[in-house]
Amino acid sequence: MQKTQLLSGNEAIALAARHAGCRVASAYPGTPSTEIMENIARHKDRIVGEWSTNEKVAMEVAIGASIGGARSLCAMKHVGLNVAMDPLMTFTFVGATGGMLIIVADDPGMHSSQNEQDSRNLVKFARAPLFEPSDSQEAYEMARAAFDLSEKYRVPVFLRTTTRTAHSSSPVTFDDVDPPQPERIPYVKNIRRTVAVPAFAKLMRVDAEKRTVELTTAAEESGFNRIEPGDKRLGLVTSSIAYQHVKEVFPEFSILKLGFSNPLPLELVRKFAAGVERLVVVEELDPFMADQMRAAGIAVERPATALQMMELNPARLTALRGELLGDVEAPAVTASPEGLPTRPPVLCAGCGHRGVFYTLKRLKATVTGDIGCYTLAAFPPLDAMDTTICMGASIGTAIGMRKAGHPGRIAAVIGDSTFFHSGMTGLLDAVYNKVPIAVVILDNSTTAMTGHQEHPGTGKTLIGEEAPAADIVAVAKALGVRQVRAVPPYDMALLETVFKEALDAEETAVVVVRGPCVLAAKLYLNATPYTVDEDKCVACGACFRLGCPAIIRGEPYGPDGKRFKRNINSPSCIGCDLCRQVCKFDAIYRVGDR
Amino acid sequence: MLAGHDVKKTEVHGMSQRGGSVISQVRYGQDVASPIISEGCSDILVAFEKLEALRWRCLLKSGGPALVNQLDIIPVTVSSGLQSAVADTDAQLEALFPDLHLVDAQTLAKEAGNLRTANIVLTGALARLMQFETTLWRQALEERLPSRLLEVNLRAFEAGYQYAESQG
Repeated sequence: MQKTQLLSGNEAIALAARHAGCRVASAYPGTPSTEIMENIARHKDRIVGEWSTNEKVAMEVAIGASIGGARSLCAMKHVGLNVAMDPLMTFTFVGATGGMLIIVADDPGMHSSQNEQDSRNLVKFARAPLFEPSDSQEAYEMARAAFDLSEKYRVPVFLRTTTRTAHSSSPVTFDDVDPPQPERIPYVKNIRRTVAVPAFAKLMRVDAEKRTVELTTAAEESGFNRIEPGDKRLGLVTSSIAYQHVKEVFPEFSILKLGFSNPLPLELVRKFAAGVERLVVVEELDPFMADQMRAAGIAVERPATALQMMELNPARLTALRGELLGDVEAPAVTASPEGLPTRPPVLCAGCGHRGVFYTLKRLKATVTGDIGCYTLAAFPPLDAMDTTICMGASIGTAIGMRKAGHPGRIAAVIGDSTFFHSGMTGLLDAVYNKVPIAVVILDNSTTAMTGHQEHPGTGKTLIGEEAPAADIVAVAKALGVRQVRAVPPYDMALLETVFKEALDAEETAVVVVRGPCVLAAKLYLNATPYTVDEDKCVACGACFRLGCPAIIRGEPYGPDGKRFKRNINSPSCIGCDLCRQVCKFDAIYRVGDR
Repeated sequence: MLAGHDVKKTEVHGMSQRGGSVISQVRYGQDVASPIISEGCSDILVAFEKLEALRWRCLLKSGGPALVNQLDIIPVTVSSGLQSAVADTDAQLEALFPDLHLVDAQTLAKEAGNLRTANIVLTGALARLMQFETTLWRQALEERLPSRLLEVNLRAFEAGYQYAESQG
């Protein structure tokens, strides 16, 4: 029986994995791929899913499952693929047994990432085939097809989404019946295939080249690649979400839609090019297809309209159409007012990270930061972070700055999930190389920014079962750190004492700040809020420098009307006590205490 | 979808969750290609907060209706003193949206029984502005909501719808 549901790209992929008989799935949270594993958890009757420590481990787990003869899936965001490249680069030589699907989710426009990168380049570099869906129906169909292709050609198959295809929802029609799960392919030891020593790797290398030729033929013949005939005056080669924008803006013209885009089916492209007068490539981010086409001698125009950075949308393609054809009419736009205050994301009211950064700033520490909710402390008014580069970089960066001779206090600040992901190796480096830095580990017992997922320290698995909880203090001690303290998040005097000790120590010192995430632990339920005695408030500004969203503007103060007292928005306040501690005028108190 | 249309919905998750500005876009019709609405092209604008209505004015087409919740949530940039508040939000709304529909979703939601149904109050008001049969809206709510929440949300939907109807 056929069913149609409105599904996001991520939901469609999880459903396809179920229907394709995937048995093992591994991932680390990363926007915009996180929901794939969250949805796979709902299919726990058929798929064993896990949150892995990091993407390298996730890739290795999926590789192991494939070698073990089961269909496997591994999902990550683009920077996560960077972490997983090492096992991938050799596994495409080794080759899959059970079909393996790898999802990489790019983030054009960097809606929630530290960089913008076109991961198609990495897929080509790894010599793997690549599918790119342009909506949820394609995400479903391509994910299913990927497992079959993977087993046929003994190579992991990539599905590349973007924020727009992963998170947009569109109708998906599918057979509402679980196909029987394919049997596990029995494991047969064959070291010529699976042990990548040079003697065997040289043979694998030759096999990989032969396979690329076969995959190219598969791409040329694939139903995911098609010419949509139209007006021959202009031919547009496109893929992924860009296809949808092209259909929006250039509906009447000839389109070559590529869904199986690595290896690039150049014969199909040549055939398409021969049938149109002008040829343009519309692709998001790098000129991945255009460069290959030009290298193969296919003439591709170079429009002046810039398409190569940030997310594409119909407005940008309308500008392209204006340049190519000169026939666009801009819709009348009533501009939004200028100078509106921005509304950036902020640490939640009562967040346990707030006091940490307020204190580190007071102590004039240089703070090397990391990836998580706490990255928000970089913004004003907290303004308490110097660097953020990638997962786990906080500690290595601090080591490097200290070794470069940076004087003064240096604190590397890292979250609990990030610490397990890639902070432990940095901490070991600091101890082993005898570097005097403070390492502050923010343990809120969750992977928060991506939506509160479990990790090896929370004591729960993906599906909510109990699990051993790794002990961060014990890990630090085992790595050789001699000064390790654990403190709660809301006592700022204690934080100041303990941080000062760690920052001024002559060896690596660790402080674990331990307290649950406000949202994950629902601390806002049954909370007693705080309030301001406006008679005592002199509008000094100390409390609003905490940057807490529950602290709001109150009555004007003073003759010039430029300063304002503060008050507290009761529904938002969870009563963390930080603002009372910073007020020197005793103007803030817990409701009910006076 | 219940009315037989193709549809695409898009929103951006991630960091925007932590109290940041979030925008969702829905396009429906016979054959929807891009999920993204361009400036000056949206038929309707629904704003859950007044500043955000001003921020996204550019998306609404000329003369298009704007449904705006009467709620001010001061951004931290303003409450911490870093940026200035908008001088007169209400006057700017009147000036920028010739077809403005204001709804106090908070009060209507509380009257329906739960403040957190404010979004469904707005949905009811939106239904009044759109052409779909109300039976389809109610069917959608029944299909999407857990049964224990259905009654209060249907009341909220009615309250929004009736309010919009009373405003003409």
